[in-house]
Amino acid sequence: MMRIALFVALVILAIIAPFFVYPVFLMKVFVFALFASAFNLLLGYAGLLSFGHAAFFGTGSYITAHALKVWGFPFEMGLLAGVVASTALGVLFGLIAVRRLGIYFAMITLALAQMMYFVYLQAPFTGGEDGIQSVPRGTLLGLVDLRSDLNLYYVVLAISLAGIFCIYRIVKSPFGQVLRSIGQNPDRSVSLGYSISTYKLAVYIMSAAFSGLAGALLVVVFQLASLDEVNWHMSGEVVLMTLVGGVGTLLGPIVGAAVIVTLQNYLAEVGQWVLVIQGSIFVIIVLAFRKGIVGELSDPESWLRTTLRRVGMRSPGPGPSARPGEAVDLGQARQPVRSGD
Amino acid sequence: MSSISRVGTSVLAAAAVGLASASVSADGISGDVVRIGAMVDMSGVYSANGGPGAVVAVEMAIDDFGGEVLGKPIELLSADYQNRVSVAQATARRWFDERDVDMIIESTDSASALALFDLGNDRERITIAAGSATTRMTGDGCSRYGIHYVYDTFALATGTGNAIVQEGNTEWYFITADYAFGHSLEQDTENIVLASGGNVLGKSRHPLGSTDYASYLLQAQASGAQVVGLANAGNDFSTAVEQAHEFGITAGGQILAGMLVFLTDINALGVDVAQGMQFTTGFYWDYDDETRAFSERFYERHGAMPTMIQAGAYSATMHYLQAIEATGTDNADAVMEYLRSNPIEDFFSRNGYLRADGRMVHDMYLAEIKSPAESESTWDMVRIIREIPGDEAFRPLEDGNCQYVNSGS
Repeated sequence: MMRIALFVALVILAIIAPFFVYPVFLMKVFVFALFASAFNLLLGYAGLLSFGHAAFFGTGSYITAHALKVWGFPFEMGLLAGVVASTALGVLFGLIAVRRLGIYFAMITLALAQMMYFVYLQAPFTGGEDGIQSVPRGTLLGLVDLRSDLNLYYVVLAISLAGIFCIYRIVKSPFGQVLRSIGQNPDRSVSLGYSISTYKLAVYIMSAAFSGLAGALLVVVFQLASLDEVNWHMSGEVVLMTLVGGVGTLLGPIVGAAVIVTLQNYLAEVGQWVLVIQGSIFVIIVLAFRKGIVGELSDPESWLRTTLRRVGMRSPGPGPSARPGEAVDLGQARQPVRSGD
Repeated sequence: MSSISRVGTSVLAAAAVGLASASVSADGISGDVVRIGAMVDMSGVYSANGGPGAVVAVEMAIDDFGGEVLGKPIELLSADYQNRVSVAQATARRWFDERDVDMIIESTDSASALALFDLGNDRERITIAAGSATTRMTGDGCSRYGIHYVYDTFALATGTGNAIVQEGNTEWYFITADYAFGHSLEQDTENIVLASGGNVLGKSRHPLGSTDYASYLLQAQASGAQVVGLANAGNDFSTAVEQAHEFGITAGGQILAGMLVFLTDINALGVDVAQGMQFTTGFYWDYDDETRAFSERFYERHGAMPTMIQAGAYSATMHYLQAIEATGTDNADAVMEYLRSNPIEDFFSRNGYLRADGRMVHDMYLAEIKSPAESESTWDMVRIIREIPGDEAFRPLEDGNCQYVNSGS
């Protein structure tokens, strides 16, 4: 009940937000929330740390940009082209990458993504460092003019929420349960009769598809596809967003995306200090919020909740409980199997 | 729920009032303030060339103007765009839409500048490129409200390329920064070399921000070219020159041609390493009394002599503000119209005027770096060999194919 109320409140907030906050900034937050959620599907549930998700994000954006600008696709078909391309790339990379585990998996995905980076750097259609600029936004179903930021805001909101909802359904499905068991104990999953590489491949492809959708949306928002989207920094950023927010939680990537995007946007005017401030904030978050912001808030045993209780404040909301004393860090970012809601 | 919809309605009403008042004051100063955004590379490879110094220059221009125009305050915003197109474009979008910035001046990255020009064209706001070099800004990427103020790759190539080729050095090898700016500079220089019967023996391309030029330099050495053309800039340029020095390229008789050299690069290298190099520049601090007067004031505030980007940023801001004062409005069309129809003349710009495609045509200089013996002080490092008249230095209007030139905007 509490959850539904919270959800409704958030949706209402999202609907009225563009009247108070700059809509382009909000759209960027939603796009990255979707991207981080897609990434979290892989890391938070299947326990696979991909360091090359920029390849899918960037493929989604370049193909969509090209489709909208050069081929003259309508808005919906442009997005679809981007998603199809990134899914196809996901199949290809997945077949190669899921055979390996841990650091090898991370390195292979990084290598593949860097390969894509140089492909996009050199391919004539991407415009190299210039990127694909002034991409037309088009209209929604030929009716709604998306050149207006406000119109586009609601479209982006709807699409990214739909994407995040799909991810939520995947996580809560039997398929999601199997993923979590693979994430926690792959050997046991094999002994139970699951073909774990098939499951891993499937979730890798899904993650690639949603990442591509996020990349495609970003192009429509900014009317620009650039190398930033395929650079390894982008792969790192999505890891950070997920870690800052909380790995393996549904709300975590969204919060993480909001925090990082806000930092980037509002710190740009601080000048040379931007990197120092960003660095310090990461250090603080890593030290104080080991499980991410949402992870700490929802764990009743975390120091944050303990301190809050001690101070006598009401702890914020009954969250899902993690096993007491379990250390969650980058290497073993896994959640215990929980049965539904 | 009802309270929320009430809030929504009142916000809409407020927005509507805001829009109405904005359209009423269209021929005065929009929002009762002139906002200038300076977008620079604060910490990357080009930070010394433009960077914080460019912000200081714009600040100086605003201060010298008295801090207000037509009785309205002038505000300065600045941002670090990290040489990334996406950051530049997102910041500019926010500045135009949310902060109501009237003019954006930028300091280095060509790809970002193209994105700014495009956005400015769409939003009908003025964008000034003080540091970016690509000729595309006055070609296929031109804007009705874009001004390319200081220099471009064509001017660099004609100035330096011609001077070197005319001395009989016709066999070239290029070491090029692998992106829009480097390609543009390499192409323009190659055209000059080929047109004067020269030869390009080979090219190496390096990524932006390289630290190791050994393999490129060795290839250049092995090619036997008379001239090694460096089509890069900033830290890339100074690192390449330093390493070329270590490899004995100049000692072996090959000429190093810096296609884009800033004062701060020479300062970083030292005149003993860079001596004898010829390059084209839009400004030199020690040119005459006027340039010295500005540069010494700049030095007091920034601790370094101004580069052509920084001097240009001051000059551009000053002329922009003068145009607002003269036309009585910060409306972009009126300001552009004024700038196009009046000569642009000051310590920086000699015989300057703004062309229909956005090119600010002014005299350029061919310079040579002094030897340590000739150099009398830290910043005394260059001798001006020749003044290049603007019309000779810059690409002719009809060769750019800017789409707004024929429509008579």
